[in-house]
Amino acid sequence: MTAVLDPGAAAARATDAILGDTLRGTARGIVVDSPPGAGKSTLVVRAALELAAAGRPLMVVAQTNAQVDDLVVRLAEKEPGLPVGRLHSSDSDPYDKVLDGLDNVRKSAKAGDLAGLDIVISTAAKWAHVKNVEPWGHAIVDEAYQMRSDALLAVAGLFERALFVGDPGQLDPFSIVGADQWAGLSYDPSASAVSTLLAHNPELPQHRLPVSWRLPASAAPLVSDAFYPYTPFRSGTDHGDRRLSFGVPSDGSGPDRVLDEAAESGWGLLELPARHTPRTDPEAVRAVAVVVRRLLDRGGAATSERSPGPVPVTAERVAVGTAHRDQAAAVRAALADLGVTGVAVDTANRLQGREFDVTVVLHPLSGRPDATAFHLETGRLCVLASRHRHACVVVCRAGVADLLDEHPSTEPVQLGVTVKFPDGWEANHAVLAHLAEHRVHWAP
Amino acid sequence: MSLISTLARLEAVDSGRAQPLATVRHRHLTDRPLVLVPLTTAGEAGAPLGALVGTDREAPRLLSVAQPRDRDLRFAFLAELAEAVLPHIESYADAVEPAARKETDPETGKKVDVEVELCTDAAQLIVPSRAGVEFVRLLGRSMRFRRTVEDDPDTPYPAPARVPLLGRWLTHYGERARVPGSSLLLATTDLLNRHWATGQSSLEDQHLGALLAWVDPPGGGSGAEAALRAELERDRAGQLVCPPAGPATDPAFDNKLLAPAIERFDRARTALATAQDGPDFDTRLGEQSDAERAIRSLLAGVLLPTWDAVWRSLDLLRELPEGARAEDRWTRDRWSFTGHRDRVRAGEPPQPRRDDAVTAAQKLASRETAQAQLDAQEALDDPLVMAGRRLAGEAFVGEVAEVQMAYSESKRPSPRPLVTVRTAERPHLGERTKVYRSLDGDPGRSQTAEFVEYASEDPDDGTVCLVLRITDRMGRGKEPAPGSVPEPGDRIAWTLFEHDQRGGPKLPDPENTPWTHGGPPGSGGGQAEQPDSVTAEDLL
Repeated sequence: MTAVLDPGAAAARATDAILGDTLRGTARGIVVDSPPGAGKSTLVVRAALELAAAGRPLMVVAQTNAQVDDLVVRLAEKEPGLPVGRLHSSDSDPYDKVLDGLDNVRKSAKAGDLAGLDIVISTAAKWAHVKNVEPWGHAIVDEAYQMRSDALLAVAGLFERALFVGDPGQLDPFSIVGADQWAGLSYDPSASAVSTLLAHNPELPQHRLPVSWRLPASAAPLVSDAFYPYTPFRSGTDHGDRRLSFGVPSDGSGPDRVLDEAAESGWGLLELPARHTPRTDPEAVRAVAVVVRRLLDRGGAATSERSPGPVPVTAERVAVGTAHRDQAAAVRAALADLGVTGVAVDTANRLQGREFDVTVVLHPLSGRPDATAFHLETGRLCVLASRHRHACVVVCRAGVADLLDEHPSTEPVQLGVTVKFPDGWEANHAVLAHLAEHRVHWAP
Repeated sequence: MSLISTLARLEAVDSGRAQPLATVRHRHLTDRPLVLVPLTTAGEAGAPLGALVGTDREAPRLLSVAQPRDRDLRFAFLAELAEAVLPHIESYADAVEPAARKETDPETGKKVDVEVELCTDAAQLIVPSRAGVEFVRLLGRSMRFRRTVEDDPDTPYPAPARVPLLGRWLTHYGERARVPGSSLLLATTDLLNRHWATGQSSLEDQHLGALLAWVDPPGGGSGAEAALRAELERDRAGQLVCPPAGPATDPAFDNKLLAPAIERFDRARTALATAQDGPDFDTRLGEQSDAERAIRSLLAGVLLPTWDAVWRSLDLLRELPEGARAEDRWTRDRWSFTGHRDRVRAGEPPQPRRDDAVTAAQKLASRETAQAQLDAQEALDDPLVMAGRRLAGEAFVGEVAEVQMAYSESKRPSPRPLVTVRTAERPHLGERTKVYRSLDGDPGRSQTAEFVEYASEDPDDGTVCLVLRITDRMGRGKEPAPGSVPEPGDRIAWTLFEHDQRGGPKLPDPENTPWTHGGPPGSGGGQAEQPDSVTAEDLL
């Protein structure tokens, strides 16, 4: 190990190496692993602009329409004169209306209409329907770890070379039917695009972004240790660079005390009495809603490197994360009852890639009698625990550690399948052990 | 598990009887299914021990292997199985109707209708349990690569003529059974579990005897008690009164009855081999036949209760009327059956050991489509299933309170009427969430609307009014076609899931498999599929 670089220099060095390989390398593919908030989108935008500047026609593959629109807007912000094509579906309202205000963005449902533009962007699902066109020299595949192998199969014929960017720690792609019959095959259609790509092309260069700009110094070590034990990263800011404070002092209740703990240490665990509950545990859902309400009522203010003074933590800067959609719906209803609007409430799947100041998480195992593979999935907890810039409050029933001990992971071993490490069981214990130091009991 | 099936299970525990999960039958049953109850040998993967097979419940055909580790006897069994199964399958192969299929014209690249044959019905295979489906798959795998004398006159251990063909058909049935909602090969336990909820765990529900006891307790007593008896009750000799539905047998049966009988057969066979001539030979031949008969009668004893349970289950299922859309899924099964018939007739090689990248992706995509379609169709066919979706916030029923005409903001305004619906349910609606309803008289088509806003809430009776904007199926004119817009007073079931599924994108042909997936199959130096080679394990 050479001298430790400061975060900015370390990140710049990684980015330069990636862009060097992309623009001047000979490999057909380059894989970039990016931990949460490490500047993946910035990298994609920069690589796209440099490829365009070098006169190389580029297609960009993202996974959702929101991601595509977001990329188009970012490209236009950086380079307003660059001709960009937004390939979209033929449904009604296929793209964000913001794009209509951008002069150099052409939108069409037909790839032919966009031929010749420097950059064409669309979702993997839409690209899969593009046929009989001249292949692009370059592609950038964004969120490649969330793309399924079969989706890559459908689009890989459209490009010669590609840059694959994604976060290996987030949720794996899933299928609604069993796919065990192909487990262990290098091209298992239900596996992630990157695992198939690397199984067939192990010689491809792999890079890693080493610094998380989103996660505060209080969170990066835990997330890195629990979810990325072999590829550690650090936070771009130091202890004391970020601060969360409240205008209204605590009233001594559980929600207020857990908010103070989270403001102080970056983490807070609000523990409810042990109990087996239905998924939409009314007490836990209410506790989540009360925490959010108190956070807003107490006039939270965030100080960070982004601005000289404290910035109010408004509803748009707060998110609630759950495991299931019905839990999200229940939390939304509870928040509406308390008169709170504008807070993002969604499942881990839909919060992927988003960033907030403070997150409130309903623990996936709270109140459960069993620990299934779904609830243990490493990526789910990783997404929920890595969306925040300042603090994360977890609401949970007591007894999850015992539940984990009663349910060691018993997934069948499949020949030829790379064992994912850490497994969800291990990661859950690591996070729980850390949260236990920031525990506040719910006092009614 | 959904809330409504949890409730059904609780009610089953409470009442001691299985509770219905469906008001119609969601799987097609043919008039003449072929029931197959296989048994396998403990400790030897894929060694059949015996089977009952047939289409007539009064006349099952008993097949047995007196010494399951003897490959000659195993092949004799498989040849007999082929004789029992293949004529049944082939009897469906020639009754065809003309049908149209879309194909891409190689010259113009356009989709054109091609007239092809479609079998008017397909052979249906019923096994007792999921393990039975797995065994069918295993048998298929073990047979389809065998060589017969016709394939290769020099092959050292040729298989009987029709065995590889049976292997190909069983492989096809086993693979088709993985498609959600398909009915070519069905497990009786799956059928019962789809239509009834018991008060036991889903693991216990894999025991056909216990499951049937919950659904249809003998003498009308408590299902819970009957199920416990079915699981545990043994006779004086220590044998289960309700033998497991196989293919695995009860260890007590294996140890106490089957092993001594097979030993006796082995002794008789050795004695016969060393017999001289005349009366000595006849006596020993008689002893071997007796030993074989004893094994057959033992197997019949443990197979018949399962055979009867399968037929009793089919009776119970036939009491339910078939769901309206089950026929549509059976048509897909008929296409699948016809497709395999055509591949066999065209002399194509057996299904490969492993799918290539493109085939695997295609199968996964079509199964996902089938699953979504099955979920939608079952809900649309069955108010009880729809109730579960409503409880989960994925559908709702409401009365139309008001309809207000509105138009789209485009150069040629189209009708976009706003419909206010009053409902006591709480669907998970977000901004612009799409909802769908069936159109009367056109069961295949649905109308789409999008959620606009909550109009009002009435805390007294717990109902909400929500506003929906209808977006399609109103004709081409400026005014909506008559009857295409709901009217005040209509009670309508809206779903948040689509009623029909679009197929996915076309994947590249296998020979154009991209570099990310290893390139075309065989390009990595691999060889085309070869038949299985004979290994040391093939010889006793």
